[in-house]
Amino acid sequence: MPTASQLPDAEALCAALADAMRGRIDPAATALVGIHTGGLWVAERLHAALGLKTPLGSINVSFYRDDYSRRGLHANAKAARIPFTVEGAHIVIVDDVVHTGRTVRAAINELFDYGRPAKIDLAVLVDRGGRELPIAPSFCPRSLSLPAAHKLALERAADGGLSFQVIEK
Amino acid sequence: MHKSPQLNKHGELQHLLTIEGLPRDVLTRILDTAAPFTEVAEREVKKVPLLRGKSVFNLFFENSTRTRTTFEIAAKRLSADVINLNINTSSANKGETLLDTADNLSAMHADMFVVRHAASGAPFLIAQHMAATGRDHIHVVNAGDGRHAHPTQGLLDMYTIRHYKADFTRLTVAIVGDVLHSRVARSQIHALNTLGVPEVRVIAPKTLLPTGIERLGVRVFNDMREGLRGVDVVMMLRLQNERMQGALLPSTQEYFKSYGLTPEKLALAKPDAIVMHPGPMNRGVEIDSAVADGGQAVILPQVTFGIAVRMAVMAMLAGN
Repeated sequence: MPTASQLPDAEALCAALADAMRGRIDPAATALVGIHTGGLWVAERLHAALGLKTPLGSINVSFYRDDYSRRGLHANAKAARIPFTVEGAHIVIVDDVVHTGRTVRAAINELFDYGRPAKIDLAVLVDRGGRELPIAPSFCPRSLSLPAAHKLALERAADGGLSFQVIEK
Repeated sequence: MHKSPQLNKHGELQHLLTIEGLPRDVLTRILDTAAPFTEVAEREVKKVPLLRGKSVFNLFFENSTRTRTTFEIAAKRLSADVINLNINTSSANKGETLLDTADNLSAMHADMFVVRHAASGAPFLIAQHMAATGRDHIHVVNAGDGRHAHPTQGLLDMYTIRHYKADFTRLTVAIVGDVLHSRVARSQIHALNTLGVPEVRVIAPKTLLPTGIERLGVRVFNDMREGLRGVDVVMMLRLQNERMQGALLPSTQEYFKSYGLTPEKLALAKPDAIVMHPGPMNRGVEIDSAVADGGQAVILPQVTFGIAVRMAVMAMLAGN
């Protein structure tokens, strides 16, 4: 298990991710959609840092997960909120970590039930490898490799500060 | 009471047969799960893929267009294939037994039965039969059995109350009308008690109250004006004309005078009290049109929430 000092610095990565996106997206015509829960925290930061005009969206992929028949319905599913027109939009899906790619697939499927976007990008803080689907982030400031049994989870402190934890599954 | 046959060995819902005996955390979990489903109806594509490839059989041994329709919509919004069987006009009339019907449909690879039956206990019997024959993958939802239970109606009522009133533990709730014939009332009373409502009242003439109703944990009022005083929620019941046998009531006009919800009687409840009704309404019998169409009525939101609650129940069952 990596020690705390070896874990990626979530705050620094948020800033780096915003820097990577600045200039490559149009703040007047780009919509962010954060995936509950960690992805939404990151999306809130990006939305403010990039000064986006379109209100922030959120989705919960519980209804679209491919492991429903094995694991049942996820507890504490949150409602999706897409406060803009998906049809023809440029959307950036935001998550904390990309791993197998299955969550991103579910998120893309869910978005298409709201309309046909012109373009979808993916922004994450960390790419930890282990992909099981042909999905790659468009914006990602950090790559690292972790054993499959380790889960890299974003946490938010009471003061709003973000940090990564490693949980052994 | 023995261990609830509704829960599997992990304490998860396997069937939904009755609210009686369901732990508070299971009830709360269903209500919490229903919340995100309300938003599905606002999408361009009003569907989520959870039950894709599953077959849901609506087995209605008793007519109910509304309940069957809401279950059908809920299952279709979960992407299930829905087969409606109105057994009134089908094999039961040719003499097939309930369990033979269930066996035949499970041989057609049913994944879920939604059962409405005039006999109390029919859905329970099917669930028990499935368990006894090793068909644990088939789930049963009670859509109303005799005078016994109508759990999804009870749950959607709780969802509605929570939507408007937030905290169950500070409420006074009155259930008004034909409690004797009402499976809805029984499900409501069990749900309200389990969720911690401190005062549940039933208001009805003596002829429309089952004996010993107090034992369910309710205060009984025969005078509607007295019973409505200071309540937060008024839950009206339909006067079940088709179930009336003999002279339980002098006349429907007489009933309306004593037990019909009029603006004047509603004024005795709290000013922000909500008015609910499971439908279909008999205007001028148990409820005045001015109340049914008034600002305190939440009768149509009940219908909308009912779909989300039934989606939540089916999604939870099929995943367990």
